[in-house]
Amino acid sequence: MSNYHRYIVIALSSSALAVGTGLSLYAANAFAQQEERADAALNQLVHEPPTMEDLEDSDLHPELKKVIRYGYDLFTNTQQLRGEYVFNDMNCSSCHLGEGRVPFSAPVWPAAITLPDFRGKNQHVNNLEERIAGCFAYSMNGTPPEYGSDEMLALSAYHQWLATGAPMYPDKPIYGRGFPAPEQPETPSYARGEAAYQENCAICHQEDGSGHYENGEYVFPAPWGDGSNNWGAGIARVETMAGFIYQNMPLGQPRSLTGQQAWDIAYYINSQERPQDPRYTGDVAETAERFGPTFHNRSLYGQTREHDGHVLGDHANFGEKGDIQPWNVGMPRFENLSEE
Amino acid sequence: MNIPGGESWPRLAGLNSNYIAKQLHDFKAGDRQNATMVTFANMLDDQQIADVAAYYSQLPATPGQGGDNADEALLARGQQLAERGDWNAYIVSCQSCHGPGGQGVGETFPGIAGQHAGYISAQLNAWKSDTRSNDPQNLMGAIAKRMSEEDIQAVSAWYATQPAAEGEATQ
Repeated sequence: MSNYHRYIVIALSSSALAVGTGLSLYAANAFAQQEERADAALNQLVHEPPTMEDLEDSDLHPELKKVIRYGYDLFTNTQQLRGEYVFNDMNCSSCHLGEGRVPFSAPVWPAAITLPDFRGKNQHVNNLEERIAGCFAYSMNGTPPEYGSDEMLALSAYHQWLATGAPMYPDKPIYGRGFPAPEQPETPSYARGEAAYQENCAICHQEDGSGHYENGEYVFPAPWGDGSNNWGAGIARVETMAGFIYQNMPLGQPRSLTGQQAWDIAYYINSQERPQDPRYTGDVAETAERFGPTFHNRSLYGQTREHDGHVLGDHANFGEKGDIQPWNVGMPRFENLSEE
Repeated sequence: MNIPGGESWPRLAGLNSNYIAKQLHDFKAGDRQNATMVTFANMLDDQQIADVAAYYSQLPATPGQGGDNADEALLARGQQLAERGDWNAYIVSCQSCHGPGGQGVGETFPGIAGQHAGYISAQLNAWKSDTRSNDPQNLMGAIAKRMSEEDIQAVSAWYATQPAAEGEATQ
Protein backbone atom coordinates (compact mmCIF):
# COMPACT_ATOMS: atom_id res chain seq x y z
CA MET A 1 0.00 0.00 0.00
CA SER A 2 2.77 2.43 0.82
CA ASN A 3 4.40 1.73 -2.53
CA TYR A 4 1.17 2.59 -4.20
CA HIS A 5 0.92 5.91 -2.43
CA ARG A 6 4.40 6.81 -3.54
CA TYR A 7 3.51 5.91 -7.11
CA ILE A 8 0.43 8.07 -7.27
CA VAL A 9 2.16 11.03 -5.70
CA ILE A 10 4.89 10.84 -8.32
CA ALA A 11 2.33 10.41 -11.09
CA LEU A 12 0.28 13.36 -9.95
CA SER A 13 3.14 15.72 -9.41
CA SER A 14 4.72 14.97 -12.76
CA SER A 15 1.39 15.38 -14.50
CA ALA A 16 0.94 18.73 -12.84
CA LEU A 17 4.38 19.69 -14.15
CA ALA A 18 3.59 18.54 -17.65
CA VAL A 19 0.37 20.50 -17.77
CA GLY A 20 2.06 23.54 -16.31
CA THR A 21 4.73 23.65 -18.97
CA GLY A 22 2.36 22.73 -21.80
CA LEU A 23 4.66 19.98 -23.04
CA SER A 24 2.46 18.43 -25.68
CA LEU A 25 -1.05 17.56 -26.67
CA TYR A 26 -0.72 14.23 -24.91
CA ALA A 27 0.62 15.66 -21.69
CA ALA A 28 -2.53 17.71 -21.32
CA ASN A 29 -4.56 14.54 -20.99
CA ALA A 30 -4.01 12.21 -18.11
CA PHE A 31 -4.75 8.55 -18.83
CA ALA A 32 -2.76 6.36 -16.52
CA GLN A 33 0.84 6.82 -17.47
CA GLN A 34 0.73 10.38 -18.60
CA GLU A 35 4.19 11.12 -17.28
CA GLU A 36 5.79 8.83 -19.85
CA ARG A 37 3.77 9.93 -22.86
CA ALA A 38 5.79 12.94 -23.91
CA ASP A 39 8.93 10.82 -24.10
CA ALA A 40 7.10 8.01 -25.83
CA ALA A 41 5.89 10.32 -28.57
CA LEU A 42 9.48 10.81 -29.77
CA ASN A 43 9.88 7.31 -31.17
CA GLN A 44 6.49 5.63 -30.83
CA LEU A 45 3.06 6.23 -32.25
CA VAL A 46 1.10 7.91 -29.45
CA HIS A 47 -2.54 8.17 -30.45
CA GLU A 48 -5.32 9.70 -28.40
CA PRO A 49 -8.57 8.09 -29.57
CA PRO A 50 -11.67 10.27 -29.71
CA THR A 51 -14.31 10.12 -26.97
CA MET A 52 -18.04 9.61 -27.37
CA GLU A 53 -18.42 13.35 -26.76
CA ASP A 54 -16.12 13.94 -29.73
CA LEU A 55 -18.38 11.71 -31.79
CA GLU A 56 -21.40 13.86 -31.03
CA ASP A 57 -19.46 17.01 -31.92
CA SER A 58 -18.10 15.58 -35.18
CA ASP A 59 -19.35 16.13 -38.72
CA LEU A 60 -19.74 12.43 -39.44
CA HIS A 61 -22.96 11.36 -41.13
CA PRO A 62 -25.77 10.93 -38.60
CA GLU A 63 -26.33 7.36 -39.77
CA LEU A 64 -22.65 6.55 -39.19
CA LYS A 65 -22.84 8.11 -35.73
CA LYS A 66 -25.73 5.79 -34.93
CA VAL A 67 -23.76 2.75 -36.02
CA ILE A 68 -20.66 3.80 -34.07
CA ARG A 69 -22.84 4.37 -31.00
CA TYR A 70 -24.24 0.87 -31.46
CA GLY A 71 -20.71 -0.48 -31.75
CA TYR A 72 -19.77 1.31 -28.54
CA ASP A 73 -22.85 -0.09 -26.84
CA LEU A 74 -22.00 -3.65 -27.96
CA PHE A 75 -18.41 -3.18 -26.83
CA THR A 76 -19.28 -1.97 -23.34
CA ASN A 77 -22.39 -4.13 -22.88
CA THR A 78 -21.61 -7.26 -24.84
CA GLN A 79 -23.89 -9.16 -22.48
CA GLN A 80 -26.79 -7.99 -24.64
CA LEU A 81 -25.62 -10.75 -27.02
CA ARG A 82 -25.69 -13.40 -24.28
CA GLY A 83 -27.05 -16.69 -25.46
CA GLU A 84 -26.67 -15.75 -29.11
CA TYR A 85 -23.00 -14.90 -29.61
CA VAL A 86 -21.72 -14.66 -26.04
CA PHE A 87 -21.82 -17.56 -23.58
CA ASN A 88 -19.84 -16.29 -20.60
CA ASP A 89 -20.02 -13.29 -18.26
CA MET A 90 -17.66 -11.02 -20.16
CA ASN A 91 -18.00 -7.74 -22.01
CA CYS A 92 -15.34 -6.57 -24.47
CA SER A 93 -14.65 -3.79 -21.98
CA SER A 94 -14.01 -6.31 -19.16
CA CYS A 95 -10.46 -6.66 -20.48
CA HIS A 96 -10.18 -3.68 -22.84
CA LEU A 97 -10.76 -1.16 -20.08
CA GLY A 98 -11.94 2.36 -20.67
CA GLU A 99 -14.08 1.59 -23.71
CA GLY A 100 -11.10 0.12 -25.58
CA ARG A 101 -9.28 3.45 -25.52
CA VAL A 102 -6.80 3.11 -22.67
CA PRO A 103 -3.08 2.50 -23.24
CA PHE A 104 -1.70 -0.74 -21.73
CA SER A 105 -5.20 -2.16 -21.56
CA ALA A 106 -4.99 -3.60 -25.08
CA PRO A 107 -6.60 -0.58 -26.73
CA VAL A 108 -8.50 -1.81 -29.77
CA TRP A 109 -7.80 0.94 -32.30
CA PRO A 110 -4.37 -0.51 -33.23
CA ALA A 111 -6.20 -3.44 -34.86
CA ALA A 112 -7.81 -0.98 -37.25
CA ILE A 113 -4.49 0.43 -38.49
CA THR A 114 -2.39 -2.77 -38.51
CA LEU A 115 -4.83 -5.23 -40.13
CA PRO A 116 -5.05 -6.99 -42.53
CA ASP A 117 -1.92 -8.78 -41.40
CA PHE A 118 -0.60 -12.27 -40.82
CA ARG A 119 -1.64 -13.63 -37.44
CA GLY A 120 0.46 -16.26 -35.73
CA LYS A 121 -2.45 -17.70 -33.78
CA ASN A 122 -4.31 -18.94 -36.86
CA GLN A 123 -1.44 -18.82 -39.36
CA HIS A 124 -3.06 -16.69 -42.04
CA VAL A 125 -3.85 -13.09 -42.90
CA ASN A 126 -6.72 -11.70 -40.83
CA ASN A 127 -8.73 -8.54 -41.30
CA LEU A 128 -10.42 -6.55 -38.56
CA GLU A 129 -13.66 -8.55 -38.67
CA GLU A 130 -11.85 -11.87 -38.45
CA ARG A 131 -9.83 -10.54 -35.51
CA ILE A 132 -13.02 -9.52 -33.71
CA ALA A 133 -14.53 -12.92 -34.57
CA GLY A 134 -11.61 -14.51 -32.74
CA CYS A 135 -12.56 -12.63 -29.57
CA PHE A 136 -16.07 -14.06 -29.77
CA ALA A 137 -14.83 -17.63 -30.21
CA TYR A 138 -12.32 -17.52 -27.38
CA SER A 139 -12.62 -14.57 -24.99
CA MET A 140 -16.42 -14.51 -25.06
CA ASN A 141 -16.61 -18.32 -25.20
CA GLY A 142 -19.16 -17.89 -27.98
CA THR A 143 -19.55 -17.81 -31.70
CA PRO A 144 -19.17 -14.66 -33.81
CA PRO A 145 -21.84 -12.64 -35.56
CA GLU A 146 -21.59 -13.18 -39.34
CA TYR A 147 -19.09 -11.11 -41.28
CA GLY A 148 -20.93 -8.07 -42.58
CA SER A 149 -23.75 -8.41 -40.05
CA ASP A 150 -25.07 -5.32 -38.25
CA GLU A 151 -23.23 -6.31 -35.07
CA MET A 152 -19.95 -6.96 -36.84
CA LEU A 153 -20.16 -3.79 -38.90
CA ALA A 154 -20.98 -1.70 -35.82
CA LEU A 155 -18.09 -3.15 -33.82
CA SER A 156 -15.70 -2.63 -36.74
CA ALA A 157 -16.92 0.92 -37.20
CA TYR A 158 -16.31 1.65 -33.53
CA HIS A 159 -12.75 0.26 -33.74
CA GLN A 160 -11.98 2.16 -36.91
CA TRP A 161 -13.43 5.42 -35.63
CA LEU A 162 -11.27 5.14 -32.49
CA ALA A 163 -8.26 5.11 -34.83
CA THR A 164 -9.32 8.43 -36.39
CA GLY A 165 -6.20 10.33 -37.45
CA ALA A 166 -3.76 7.50 -36.76
CA PRO A 167 -1.65 6.41 -39.75
CA MET A 168 -2.42 3.12 -41.52
CA TYR A 169 0.40 0.55 -41.18
CA PRO A 170 2.48 2.79 -38.91
CA ASP A 171 6.26 2.63 -39.19
CA LYS A 172 6.75 3.12 -35.43
CA PRO A 173 5.80 0.87 -32.50
CA ILE A 174 2.44 1.72 -30.97
CA TYR A 175 2.55 3.22 -27.49
CA GLY A 176 0.51 1.29 -24.93
CA ARG A 177 -0.39 -1.58 -27.29
CA GLY A 178 -1.46 -4.88 -25.75
CA PHE A 179 -0.84 -5.81 -22.14
CA PRO A 180 2.94 -5.49 -21.77
CA ALA A 181 4.11 -7.84 -19.02
CA PRO A 182 6.41 -6.55 -16.28
CA GLU A 183 9.83 -7.98 -15.53
CA GLN A 184 9.65 -11.39 -13.95
CA PRO A 185 12.19 -11.48 -11.11
CA GLU A 186 11.50 -15.09 -10.08
CA THR A 187 9.64 -18.08 -11.51
CA PRO A 188 5.95 -17.61 -10.65
CA SER A 189 4.69 -19.46 -7.60
CA TYR A 190 1.20 -20.94 -7.21
CA ALA A 191 1.25 -20.51 -3.42
CA ARG A 192 2.43 -16.90 -3.55
CA GLY A 193 -0.09 -16.24 -6.32
CA GLU A 194 -2.94 -17.68 -4.31
CA ALA A 195 -2.05 -15.54 -1.29
CA ALA A 196 -1.68 -12.40 -3.40
CA TYR A 197 -4.96 -13.12 -5.22
CA GLN A 198 -6.86 -13.54 -1.98
CA GLU A 199 -5.34 -10.35 -0.62
CA ASN A 200 -5.66 -8.10 -3.65
CA CYS A 201 -8.33 -9.49 -5.97
CA ALA A 202 -10.86 -11.58 -4.06
CA ILE A 203 -12.79 -8.64 -2.66
CA CYS A 204 -14.23 -8.06 -6.15
CA HIS A 205 -13.56 -11.27 -8.10
CA GLN A 206 -14.39 -13.58 -5.15
CA GLU A 207 -12.28 -16.22 -3.48
CA ASP A 208 -13.48 -18.84 -5.96
CA GLY A 209 -12.93 -16.63 -9.02
CA SER A 210 -16.61 -16.55 -9.91
CA GLY A 211 -16.78 -12.76 -10.16
CA HIS A 212 -19.83 -10.96 -8.85
CA TYR A 213 -23.42 -10.48 -9.87
CA GLU A 214 -25.63 -8.11 -7.90
CA ASN A 215 -29.37 -8.62 -8.20
CA GLY A 216 -28.78 -10.57 -11.40
CA GLU A 217 -26.68 -7.82 -12.96
CA TYR A 218 -23.07 -8.35 -13.84
CA VAL A 219 -20.53 -6.26 -11.91
CA PHE A 220 -17.11 -7.95 -11.61
CA PRO A 221 -15.90 -10.41 -14.27
CA ALA A 222 -14.94 -13.99 -13.47
CA PRO A 223 -11.17 -14.59 -13.83
CA TRP A 224 -11.73 -18.32 -14.24
CA GLY A 225 -14.53 -20.89 -14.36
CA ASP A 226 -17.50 -21.18 -16.70
CA GLY A 227 -18.21 -17.44 -16.59
CA SER A 228 -14.74 -16.61 -17.87
CA ASN A 229 -12.78 -16.81 -21.13
CA ASN A 230 -12.09 -20.26 -22.55
CA TRP A 231 -8.68 -21.93 -22.80
CA GLY A 232 -8.07 -20.46 -26.25
CA ALA A 233 -8.37 -16.83 -25.13
CA GLY A 234 -5.24 -14.73 -25.27
CA ILE A 235 -5.44 -13.97 -21.58
CA ALA A 236 -5.17 -17.71 -20.76
CA ARG A 237 -1.46 -17.20 -21.52
CA VAL A 238 0.34 -16.39 -18.29
CA GLU A 239 2.35 -13.52 -19.76
CA THR A 240 -0.74 -11.80 -21.13
CA MET A 241 -2.60 -12.20 -17.83
CA ALA A 242 0.43 -10.88 -15.94
CA GLY A 243 0.53 -7.84 -18.21
CA PHE A 244 -3.19 -7.21 -17.84
CA ILE A 245 -2.95 -7.39 -14.06
CA TYR A 246 0.19 -5.30 -13.73
CA GLN A 247 -1.02 -2.55 -16.02
CA ASN A 248 -4.65 -2.42 -14.89
CA MET A 249 -5.45 -4.03 -11.55
CA PRO A 250 -6.76 -3.40 -8.95
CA LEU A 251 -9.19 -1.28 -10.92
CA GLY A 252 -8.11 2.35 -10.86
CA GLN A 253 -4.61 1.52 -9.61
CA PRO A 254 -2.41 0.65 -12.58
CA ARG A 255 1.10 -0.63 -11.80
CA SER A 256 0.41 -0.67 -8.07
CA LEU A 257 1.31 -4.35 -7.68
CA THR A 258 4.89 -5.49 -8.07
CA GLY A 259 5.87 -7.32 -11.25
CA GLN A 260 6.37 -10.46 -9.20
CA GLN A 261 2.89 -10.20 -7.69
CA ALA A 262 1.38 -9.77 -11.15
CA TRP A 263 3.17 -12.88 -12.47
CA ASP A 264 2.29 -14.92 -9.37
CA ILE A 265 -1.39 -13.95 -9.52
CA ALA A 266 -1.49 -14.62 -13.26
CA TYR A 267 0.05 -18.05 -12.72
CA TYR A 268 -2.48 -18.82 -10.00
CA ILE A 269 -5.49 -17.66 -12.04
CA ASN A 270 -4.35 -19.48 -15.16
CA SER A 271 -3.82 -22.65 -13.13
CA GLN A 272 -7.60 -22.86 -12.62
CA GLU A 273 -10.13 -24.39 -14.96
CA ARG A 274 -12.02 -22.55 -17.65
CA PRO A 275 -14.18 -23.70 -20.59
CA GLN A 276 -12.51 -25.97 -23.12
CA ASP A 277 -10.60 -24.52 -26.08
CA PRO A 278 -12.88 -24.65 -29.16
CA ARG A 279 -9.89 -26.13 -31.06
CA TYR A 280 -10.03 -29.19 -28.76
CA THR A 281 -9.42 -32.40 -30.70
CA GLY A 282 -10.91 -34.61 -28.01
CA ASP A 283 -7.55 -35.08 -26.38
CA VAL A 284 -5.88 -32.46 -24.24
CA ALA A 285 -2.30 -33.61 -24.88
CA GLU A 286 -2.88 -33.68 -28.64
CA THR A 287 -4.54 -30.26 -28.58
CA ALA A 288 -1.76 -28.80 -26.46
CA GLU A 289 0.83 -30.18 -28.86
CA ARG A 290 -0.93 -29.13 -32.06
CA PHE A 291 -1.43 -25.56 -30.88
CA GLY A 292 1.67 -25.40 -28.72
CA PRO A 293 3.97 -23.45 -31.03
CA THR A 294 1.30 -20.90 -31.97
CA PHE A 295 -0.37 -20.57 -28.59
CA HIS A 296 -0.37 -23.06 -25.75
CA ASN A 297 3.37 -22.99 -25.11
CA ARG A 298 2.55 -19.82 -23.22
CA SER A 299 -0.49 -21.16 -21.36
CA LEU A 300 -0.65 -23.91 -18.73
CA TYR A 301 -3.12 -25.92 -20.83
CA GLY A 302 -2.40 -29.64 -20.68
CA GLN A 303 0.02 -29.27 -17.80
CA THR A 304 -0.29 -31.06 -14.49
CA ARG A 305 -0.96 -28.86 -11.49
CA GLU A 306 1.72 -29.63 -8.95
CA HIS A 307 -0.23 -29.45 -5.70
CA ASP A 308 -3.08 -31.79 -6.68
CA GLY A 309 -2.07 -33.56 -9.89
CA HIS A 310 -4.96 -32.05 -11.87
CA VAL A 311 -4.34 -31.90 -15.64
CA LEU A 312 -5.49 -28.47 -16.84
CA GLY A 313 -7.96 -28.53 -19.70
CA ASP A 314 -8.52 -32.30 -19.49
CA HIS A 315 -12.30 -32.15 -19.78
CA ALA A 316 -15.09 -31.71 -22.29
CA ASN A 317 -16.77 -28.79 -20.52
CA PHE A 318 -17.35 -26.07 -23.09
CA GLY A 319 -19.28 -23.92 -20.61
CA GLU A 320 -22.68 -22.46 -21.30
CA LYS A 321 -22.38 -22.76 -25.09
CA GLY A 322 -22.49 -26.55 -24.87
CA ASP A 323 -21.85 -28.13 -28.28
CA ILE A 324 -22.09 -24.92 -30.33
CA GLN A 325 -18.96 -24.83 -32.48
CA PRO A 326 -17.77 -21.31 -33.39
CA TRP A 327 -17.92 -21.26 -37.20
CA ASN A 328 -14.74 -19.23 -37.61
CA VAL A 329 -12.41 -21.62 -35.76
CA GLY A 330 -10.28 -23.60 -38.17
CA MET A 331 -11.90 -22.01 -41.22
CA PRO A 332 -9.43 -22.44 -44.10
CA ARG A 333 -8.37 -19.26 -45.92
CA PHE A 334 -6.52 -18.44 -49.14
CA GLU A 335 -6.23 -22.05 -50.23
CA ASN A 336 -6.22 -20.96 -53.86
CA LEU A 337 -3.07 -18.88 -53.46
CA SER A 338 -0.10 -20.78 -54.80
CA GLU A 339 2.89 -21.64 -52.67
CA GLU A 340 5.77 -19.30 -53.29
CA MET B 1 -29.72 15.05 6.24
CA ASN B 2 -28.30 17.40 3.63
CA ILE B 3 -27.07 20.67 5.10
CA PRO B 4 -25.66 23.09 2.51
CA GLY B 5 -22.53 24.69 3.90
CA GLY B 6 -22.65 22.52 7.02
CA GLU B 7 -21.95 18.91 7.92
CA SER B 8 -24.26 16.66 5.94
CA TRP B 9 -25.24 13.37 7.54
CA PRO B 10 -25.75 10.24 5.50
CA ARG B 11 -29.03 8.51 4.84
CA LEU B 12 -28.57 5.10 6.46
CA ALA B 13 -31.96 3.57 5.71
CA GLY B 14 -31.60 0.67 3.33
CA LEU B 15 -27.79 0.50 3.35
CA ASN B 16 -26.16 -2.92 3.65
CA SER B 17 -26.04 -3.94 7.32
CA ASN B 18 -22.47 -5.26 7.23
CA TYR B 19 -21.33 -2.04 5.58
CA ILE B 20 -22.94 0.03 8.36
CA ALA B 21 -21.43 -2.24 11.03
CA LYS B 22 -17.96 -1.96 9.52
CA GLN B 23 -18.17 1.83 9.54
CA LEU B 24 -19.18 1.85 13.21
CA HIS B 25 -16.31 -0.47 14.09
CA ASP B 26 -13.96 1.73 12.09
CA PHE B 27 -15.08 4.84 13.99
CA LYS B 28 -14.43 3.03 17.27
CA ALA B 29 -11.02 1.80 16.15
CA GLY B 30 -10.01 5.19 14.79
CA ASP B 31 -9.83 3.90 11.21
CA ARG B 32 -12.46 6.42 10.20
CA GLN B 33 -12.54 9.86 11.79
CA ASN B 34 -15.54 12.00 12.55
CA ALA B 35 -15.85 14.03 15.73
CA THR B 36 -19.61 13.61 15.90
CA MET B 37 -19.78 9.93 15.11
CA VAL B 38 -16.90 8.66 17.23
CA THR B 39 -18.75 9.69 20.38
CA PHE B 40 -21.81 7.67 19.48
CA ALA B 41 -19.91 4.72 18.05
CA ASN B 42 -17.97 4.43 21.30
CA MET B 43 -21.22 3.98 23.21
CA LEU B 44 -22.06 0.82 21.24
CA ASP B 45 -20.79 -2.68 21.94
CA ASP B 46 -20.48 -5.28 19.18
CA GLN B 47 -24.01 -6.58 19.65
CA GLN B 48 -25.49 -3.10 19.62
CA ILE B 49 -23.57 -2.29 16.46
CA ALA B 50 -24.97 -5.40 14.81
CA ASP B 51 -28.44 -4.48 16.01
CA VAL B 52 -28.48 -0.87 14.78
CA ALA B 53 -26.90 -1.94 11.49
CA ALA B 54 -29.61 -4.54 10.97
CA TYR B 55 -32.29 -2.04 11.95
CA TYR B 56 -31.23 0.68 9.51
CA SER B 57 -30.62 -1.78 6.71
CA GLN B 58 -34.25 -2.85 6.90
CA LEU B 59 -35.77 0.62 6.78
CA PRO B 60 -37.07 1.74 3.40
CA ALA B 61 -34.66 4.20 1.78
CA THR B 62 -35.68 7.84 1.76
CA PRO B 63 -34.97 10.10 -1.23
CA GLY B 64 -31.56 11.77 -1.54
CA GLN B 65 -31.41 15.51 -1.01
CA GLY B 66 -29.22 18.27 -2.35
CA GLY B 67 -29.33 17.53 -6.09
CA ASP B 68 -32.42 19.48 -7.03
CA ASN B 69 -30.73 22.75 -7.86
CA ALA B 70 -28.01 21.26 -10.04
CA ASP B 71 -28.10 22.46 -13.63
CA GLU B 72 -28.37 20.12 -16.59
CA ALA B 73 -24.71 20.31 -17.52
CA LEU B 74 -23.60 19.32 -14.02
CA LEU B 75 -26.05 16.42 -13.93
CA ALA B 76 -24.89 15.27 -17.37
CA ARG B 77 -21.29 15.25 -16.17
CA GLY B 78 -22.41 13.39 -13.06
CA GLN B 79 -24.21 10.78 -15.10
CA GLN B 80 -21.17 10.37 -17.34
CA LEU B 81 -18.86 9.79 -14.38
CA ALA B 82 -21.38 7.48 -12.74
CA GLU B 83 -21.99 5.29 -15.76
CA ARG B 84 -18.89 5.60 -17.94
CA GLY B 85 -16.22 7.38 -15.93
CA ASP B 86 -13.67 9.67 -17.56
CA TRP B 87 -10.78 7.52 -18.66
CA ASN B 88 -8.79 10.45 -19.99
CA ALA B 89 -8.35 11.30 -16.31
CA TYR B 90 -8.29 7.59 -15.38
CA ILE B 91 -11.49 8.00 -13.40
CA VAL B 92 -13.30 4.66 -13.65
CA SER B 93 -17.08 4.75 -13.59
CA CYS B 94 -18.75 4.74 -10.17
CA GLN B 95 -20.95 1.84 -11.22
CA SER B 96 -17.99 -0.39 -12.02
CA CYS B 97 -17.76 -0.98 -8.25
CA HIS B 98 -20.97 0.47 -6.78
CA GLY B 99 -23.00 -1.55 -9.25
CA PRO B 100 -25.62 -0.76 -11.87
CA GLY B 101 -27.50 2.37 -10.87
CA GLY B 102 -25.04 2.94 -8.01
CA GLN B 103 -27.21 0.72 -5.84
CA GLY B 104 -24.35 -0.99 -4.06
CA VAL B 105 -22.52 -4.30 -4.40
CA GLY B 106 -22.33 -6.73 -1.50
CA GLU B 107 -21.16 -5.46 1.85
CA THR B 108 -18.07 -3.70 0.57
CA PHE B 109 -19.38 -1.22 -1.98
CA PRO B 110 -22.24 0.81 -0.49
CA GLY B 111 -25.24 2.02 -2.40
CA ILE B 112 -24.68 5.66 -3.34
CA ALA B 113 -27.82 6.32 -5.36
CA GLY B 114 -30.28 8.31 -3.29
CA GLN B 115 -27.56 9.44 -0.89
CA HIS B 116 -27.48 13.12 0.07
CA ALA B 117 -25.28 15.26 -2.18
CA GLY B 118 -23.55 17.03 0.70
CA TYR B 119 -22.54 13.73 2.28
CA ILE B 120 -21.22 12.23 -0.97
CA SER B 121 -19.07 15.28 -1.69
CA ALA B 122 -17.81 15.45 1.89
CA GLN B 123 -16.68 11.82 1.70
CA LEU B 124 -15.05 12.17 -1.74
CA ASN B 125 -13.21 15.24 -0.48
CA ALA B 126 -12.17 13.31 2.64
CA TRP B 127 -10.66 10.56 0.46
CA LYS B 128 -9.08 13.14 -1.75
CA SER B 129 -7.36 14.81 1.21
CA ASP B 130 -6.56 11.48 2.95
CA THR B 131 -8.75 12.25 5.94
CA ARG B 132 -10.77 9.14 5.10
CA SER B 133 -8.96 5.96 4.10
CA ASN B 134 -10.94 3.02 5.46
CA ASP B 135 -11.75 1.65 2.01
CA PRO B 136 -10.32 -1.73 1.01
CA GLN B 137 -7.06 -1.42 -0.93
CA ASN B 138 -7.45 2.31 -1.47
CA LEU B 139 -10.01 1.56 -4.18
CA MET B 140 -11.96 4.77 -3.54
CA GLY B 141 -9.02 6.91 -2.49
CA ALA B 142 -7.19 6.35 -5.77
CA ILE B 143 -10.16 7.54 -7.81
CA ALA B 144 -11.18 10.43 -5.54
CA LYS B 145 -7.70 11.93 -5.88
CA ARG B 146 -8.18 12.21 -9.64
CA MET B 147 -11.53 13.98 -9.35
CA SER B 148 -11.82 17.73 -9.66
CA GLU B 149 -14.07 19.74 -7.36
CA GLU B 150 -16.55 20.00 -10.22
CA ASP B 151 -16.46 16.22 -10.77
CA ILE B 152 -17.26 15.72 -7.10
CA GLN B 153 -20.16 18.17 -7.22
CA ALA B 154 -21.41 16.50 -10.39
CA VAL B 155 -21.52 12.90 -9.12
CA SER B 156 -22.92 14.05 -5.78
CA ALA B 157 -25.79 15.88 -7.45
CA TRP B 158 -26.41 13.03 -9.89
CA TYR B 159 -26.63 10.30 -7.29
CA ALA B 160 -28.71 12.46 -4.94
CA THR B 161 -31.34 12.56 -7.68
CA GLN B 162 -31.27 8.80 -8.35
CA PRO B 163 -33.45 6.14 -6.71
CA ALA B 164 -31.80 4.15 -3.91
CA ALA B 165 -31.81 0.38 -3.74
CA GLU B 166 -34.86 -0.98 -2.04
CA GLY B 167 -32.95 -2.33 0.93
CA GLU B 168 -32.67 -5.68 2.62
CA ALA B 169 -36.23 -5.72 3.93
CA THR B 170 -37.65 -6.23 0.47
CA GLN B 171 -35.14 -8.74 -0.86
